[in-house]
Amino acid sequence: MEGLSVADADLVVYLHPSKSSKVSQAILRELSSSLFKFNEAFGGVLLAYDVNILDKQAKILSGVHPYFGVRLKANLLLFSPKSDMLLEGKVVKLSQESIHVIILGFSSAIITAENIRREFKYKTKDNEELFASRSHKRHVIKVGTMIRFLVKR
Amino acid sequence: MGLELPKNPDMDQDNVVNFTDSEIVSHVKDALTSLLSGDSNSYNQLVGVMHHSKQLAPDEVALLETTLKALAGAVSCIDITLHDSLLSAIFSMSLWNYGPHVADALVELIVSLAISNGKYLDLCLGMLVSNFTPPPYFLDKLKLPRGLERKGQVLSRVHAAFKKIADYVPLAPLRLLTMVQQGMPTVYHKDRAILIYVENMLTLESGEIGELVGSTMLMAVVDRLIELDLEIGWDAILQDDFSKGIFEMELEDLEDIVDSAEPDIGEFRLSRKSLAGNSIAELLDNLLVLTFEHLESCERAGRLAKVFETLLRSFLLTVMTAYKSKFTQFVVFYACSLDPENCGMRFAIMLADLFVQDSHPQSTRMSSVAYLASYLSRAKFLSASFISSMLKRLVDWCLEYCNTHDVDINPNAHRVFYSGCQAIMYVLCFRMKVFMDVPRLKSQLLMPLEQILKHKLNPLKVCLPSVVEEFLRQAKAASLFTVSKTFIFDGLLESELSRAFGGLERLDTFFPFDPCLLKRCDSFIRPMFVFWSMVKPTYEDAYDDENDDGSSDDDSIQDFANENEDIMNDVGKSFDEQQLDLDEFDCALKKMSITPKNSFGYKFGGRFQEPTRMPSRIRPSTSPESL
Repeated sequence: MEGLSVADADLVVYLHPSKSSKVSQAILRELSSSLFKFNEAFGGVLLAYDVNILDKQAKILSGVHPYFGVRLKANLLLFSPKSDMLLEGKVVKLSQESIHVIILGFSSAIITAENIRREFKYKTKDNEELFASRSHKRHVIKVGTMIRFLVKR
Repeated sequence: MGLELPKNPDMDQDNVVNFTDSEIVSHVKDALTSLLSGDSNSYNQLVGVMHHSKQLAPDEVALLETTLKALAGAVSCIDITLHDSLLSAIFSMSLWNYGPHVADALVELIVSLAISNGKYLDLCLGMLVSNFTPPPYFLDKLKLPRGLERKGQVLSRVHAAFKKIADYVPLAPLRLLTMVQQGMPTVYHKDRAILIYVENMLTLESGEIGELVGSTMLMAVVDRLIELDLEIGWDAILQDDFSKGIFEMELEDLEDIVDSAEPDIGEFRLSRKSLAGNSIAELLDNLLVLTFEHLESCERAGRLAKVFETLLRSFLLTVMTAYKSKFTQFVVFYACSLDPENCGMRFAIMLADLFVQDSHPQSTRMSSVAYLASYLSRAKFLSASFISSMLKRLVDWCLEYCNTHDVDINPNAHRVFYSGCQAIMYVLCFRMKVFMDVPRLKSQLLMPLEQILKHKLNPLKVCLPSVVEEFLRQAKAASLFTVSKTFIFDGLLESELSRAFGGLERLDTFFPFDPCLLKRCDSFIRPMFVFWSMVKPTYEDAYDDENDDGSSDDDSIQDFANENEDIMNDVGKSFDEQQLDLDEFDCALKKMSITPKNSFGYKFGGRFQEPTRMPSRIRPSTSPESL
């Protein structure tokens, strides 16, 4: 599956003074709050991190609240799908018009009817919805199937 | 062009044209896409159908339903900028205006929109959240059966929609959280929409996506409760009567206040009378009751322990840090009462832990011990053995403090210590009788306590005079120990020294679990609450002896011994079995010929009490306690 990458990053995390007694906890909290969100700086969605605190000393910012910055070195797992990448996901919903897929358990994607290959025909069999391939009899897409698709946008 | 459905589909059998679903969907798709080429007729017709939504004739209802269903199938053709008039029409529709079929179709459309494109997710969730509250004209109808039925219909669909969306878009609950919090009506909304909104938040907590959003919902509710609580000012409702003490008549019954001639209310007690007309108080009352009922349902579902953890966290963050919260803490009280062994004990232990740790700020520790003292005194469901173990912790800490601080009296420097001592004395005022009859407890607690009280730091002089006086009175009657110096306070409620240790926040007069003055809440809390009038102070036995006209001394002593036996057996028993105490109580009370018979009309059956009217037991002039 494309789109996944591991990056090494040098980070500085700014913490509120009240957290000075439990710094590592605060750092983990800070990083956790940006999980599963798209981060401009990283250029992708942060999926996981592994952190090492570099310095015991931290720089205090001057200002109304003296936040202090802790330097870190982190390994980040990022997800940044681009056009024309192939991704895999699990089908959660099928309809005449669309296939809904969930990738990596958190990201949702939709494949609309016009983007589904002509060979697939929408059928309802035994109350179950599926897309059956006309050319390969066994090739069937149902709810729960893993499929691979191309990213359009 | 556009949709042409027969006017009366059920009537006109001859001319009826059966369109298949896919045909209708393609009609709609054509209408949508035709806008691109400049042909807006059919599109405008579509928008027109969406707007025309009040007072619909049956065929118009059918048209609306069909259109909605068709749109649900055509979501891939909807463009957010091109079709913005259609979208705004859809999002402004309220589920409350329609019957079940149209509502179903509308919800289906919203769900389809939400999962088809990330751009619509926020808008759809927002639309669903706005359906938590009915349109203004409907709010009055909510109490009627028809209104309730509609409410059930709408809300069940809304919550089901959340679950569906969450299934297909896993991160949707995260967005939902922020939306719900931002969409909370403020307390200043005249239409009281907040009640039904909070009901929805609690439904989310216990619903299918509860695991994801539940704790945030609960904490947001407690936040709002505290906000309301703080709106009710202490100054607005206090009465300046410095002469009465804390252990005077408690406000158990509204009738009493109305009947009594003089204001028998101490300075630090709120007046229920002045709260009666307060609309914010009423709103808080209703919200608290909603929360209580929710806790009950959590308990029935076996989830209370988990919910309680969130509640405790919220309590620590919000309630304890609020300046003298008045009623919100009863949420925790009620939760504890629903599960005394786990939650009840956990709460007290947490408070005690907070008190003994040096790392916490002073005011937190003092506030924590004030909560603990009030809780241990007022919670009927706590076993005597647990209370004694908690007391022992406090006593041990105070003794340790005394041994390490061999200095003279100084209220400012030893605030935490004095608040600890006051807490111990306060609890013993309520629970002394129970402990005096168990020799083991007596020696464990009393020996160190005597040391503390006679120490150079002199807590008896610094702590709140009314508490000290009551404590000493009971201690003397129970022959615990005598103090060499006499402490004459003349019924003073507070003194210079107590004010000093209490500090700016007046934590010396903070008794958070004093009787709840909100009427509806009170009916929930009452069955597991210890009122001062229910406590039998040790000196009342002496009073008994004096007042016995006919019976001999032997009889009364025998009765006393019998009572004590029963009480001894009760120590450590469950809350239900302690009902026996009341019978003894009643017995003793009958000896006092002044009070009317059947004075304790409490029915201590189940928790879910109808608010019974208490017979007014206390007449100011004749009550023994006012003497």
